[in-house]
Amino acid sequence: MSLQEGDEATPEIESGETELEALLDDLIVDTDDHMNAPAFVIRPDTVQETLGRLKNEAGYDHLSLVTAEEYPDRYESIYHLKKFDDPTDEVSVVVPTDSENPVSESAEPVFRTADWHEREAYDLVGIEYDDHPDLRRILLPETWQGHPMGLDYDQDRPQMVPLREHANPLQDDHRSDTDSDTMFVNIGPHHPATHGVLHLETTLDGEQVVDVEPDIGYLHRNEEQMAQNGTYRHQIMPYPDRWDYISAGLLNEWAYARAAEDLADIEVPEYAQIIRTMGAELCRIAAHMLAVGTFALDIYGDFTAIFMYAIRDREKAQNILEDLTGQRLMFNYFRLGGVVWDLPEPREEFFEKVRTFVDELPDALEEYHDLITSNEILQMRTVGTGVLPEEVAKNYGATGPVARGSGIDYDLRRDDPYGYYDELDWEVPVEDGCDNFSRLLVRMREVEESAKIIEQCVDLLEDWPEDERNIQANVPRTLRPEDDKEIYRTVEGAKGELGVYIRADGTEKPARFKIRSPCFSNLQTLPEMSNGEYIPDMIAALGSLDIVLGEVDR
Amino acid sequence: MSSERELFRTDDSQVLTETRDARMSGQGDRFNSKLREAFGSSPFILTKFDKFMNWVRGSSMFMLQFGIACCSIEMMHTYAVKHDLDRFHAGVPRASPRQADVMIVPGTIVSKFAPRMKRVYDQMPEPKFVVGMGSCTISGGPFQEGYNVIKGAEEVIPVDIHVPGCPPRPEALVYGVAKLQERIANGEASPVTVKPYELEQFGDLERDEIVDELASEIDEEDLVMRYNWADSP
Ligand code: SF4
Repeated sequence: MSLQEGDEATPEIESGETELEALLDDLIVDTDDHMNAPAFVIRPDTVQETLGRLKNEAGYDHLSLVTAEEYPDRYESIYHLKKFDDPTDEVSVVVPTDSENPVSESAEPVFRTADWHEREAYDLVGIEYDDHPDLRRILLPETWQGHPMGLDYDQDRPQMVPLREHANPLQDDHRSDTDSDTMFVNIGPHHPATHGVLHLETTLDGEQVVDVEPDIGYLHRNEEQMAQNGTYRHQIMPYPDRWDYISAGLLNEWAYARAAEDLADIEVPEYAQIIRTMGAELCRIAAHMLAVGTFALDIYGDFTAIFMYAIRDREKAQNILEDLTGQRLMFNYFRLGGVVWDLPEPREEFFEKVRTFVDELPDALEEYHDLITSNEILQMRTVGTGVLPEEVAKNYGATGPVARGSGIDYDLRRDDPYGYYDELDWEVPVEDGCDNFSRLLVRMREVEESAKIIEQCVDLLEDWPEDERNIQANVPRTLRPEDDKEIYRTVEGAKGELGVYIRADGTEKPARFKIRSPCFSNLQTLPEMSNGEYIPDMIAALGSLDIVLGEVDR
Repeated sequence: MSSERELFRTDDSQVLTETRDARMSGQGDRFNSKLREAFGSSPFILTKFDKFMNWVRGSSMFMLQFGIACCSIEMMHTYAVKHDLDRFHAGVPRASPRQADVMIVPGTIVSKFAPRMKRVYDQMPEPKFVVGMGSCTISGGPFQEGYNVIKGAEEVIPVDIHVPGCPPRPEALVYGVAKLQERIANGEASPVTVKPYELEQFGDLERDEIVDELASEIDEEDLVMRYNWADSP
């Protein structure tokens, strides 16, 4: 407990919950019980006060997610708070607003990251936030009619989308009236350096970036709606593969599996946990390889050596994953309660293949270090550029390699253990350079750690007694979690904290399914890193964030 | 800061000089190709000009470097080692649409992106060809029921070849490209028709409820794309 108030009367034995109740005494209207955390219901005009107290006095410094949903009689925004020091210590703040006039106070002054999260809530659900600096649509086009995740949205209604931004790529800058020397440039949505369909509205002063504003939503594929249309047991699992599609499929599937298994109270057999852990780390290696390859592509601008090396190593990982799951990219391998099938036969051959891959990795990484990290040009471009100080990173809810490159020792595999991670021997790489180079180094070192984990998993799997190879728990054919059960669970995806919030309503489909995408929060830090820097540094910073638009836009 | 940050300097005493020497002395037969040898003494071939042009077109395709969604990961693998699309005369990704002949559409197209994709397509010089990669470009794929997803690339631009799969394996994409080359070499191309979703000037649209509602937000001259979801397949 990092309770900072000088109230020495609070004894250690008292549980955190009562302390919180005491802290928020005058603000709490009601309490609720989410499966992962205590939830406090507050009035819509006390959001800043409540979150401020929780952040400054109780140490909840990580606003992980803002979920918005519509009930027949009200709207609700839920702020899921955690601590960077101890992510198992969670609390949810529930803010109901009435359906006629859904206005709630913005949390942006307390947590910067709420900016985008609340814009998304406004866009998709239709809650308005008072005191928000810039409340407009974020994922859908500005001219969209209606709020599609609301209850009475008519999907067949015609919509109109203008092509405005590209009418004249060089136009007067409207942002600063005092300084007319600036120029406005669109980068994207079709541009090789934006890693997909991201649009950066950039204001330049000569070579320097005055302001950059990411414009997202070019790949908003309604993942949440799709999940709400599917049944828990089988129909949702294929979609997580498509959130972060850089081969991180199994890591994403785990996010859904973890939430749904806890919701339905399913225990996963140990053997399946080990297979999951091994598969997930293979995915992490593949994902980081692409991150490193495209980062080098952004820096050097060539499609040659490093990119090809990275793809070569990814191919190896993908071959193994294909043996395991049957697919190269969209694995759909996890099932609630385990995995779909056992390791491929002959097992010996499979283990041999994994071993060879893991054994060859150090040499491969040595090559990367020769080509990339020890290269003078790359060092000049990345050391000291794209600086993201620790406090800023926390304020924006940055997680994953981005946070660990800024000296935040935060990894859910260790801090909020799931799967088989807490039984294995590995480390969390942290760099405190806060720059592009640190983020690159963290990824490279994580590959080594993943290799360690895989090796230990293979050892365990090899010696596992044949009659105890239980790959799936007994799961009822149709899952109907009780009405009004709510859960928010996170796992460590390739890009950071990947979470799923589910509210059950007693049917076989979730009533609300919300995805916490690490990239969405990480991308928000781009202006902090690049305003005032040169354009190439901004491109490097963007590359080092390693975003994937499928996950940003969902 | 970690200890690995000391600057690394290249040792330049070992730079190879053979190539430079060979160039300076002018030896070597760099201009005599194997093909030339195969023709023997005759420097002429006889063929129809159109046929020759189609053959050339199909044998040197510049692809647009165009990544949208998951399928673009497999597309990158197709370009890179192991699958190496370059072997089939179709590998060089061009970042600018003005230098590209083939656009592989690798992924889900959503309402906000379709007008941009149409614009990129319009910027490519004729003759141009489109390969639709993945179920998303055929029908919207797994996201077909989404409120924001275009039900296939064909709603916006003409598509020559559809490669099904989610995502298609690189081999499948290579096959799709090879099929396209075959069609080009035979002089076939898909007819260009007006697509259901076109870019139009806002002022030219027929007035109805939604147009009236947006009249204050959109200029008469602005290009817009209008989605009639109810009519989508
Ligand atoms: S077809 Fe499948 S893999 Fe390809 S973009 Fe669509 S969802 Fe992704």
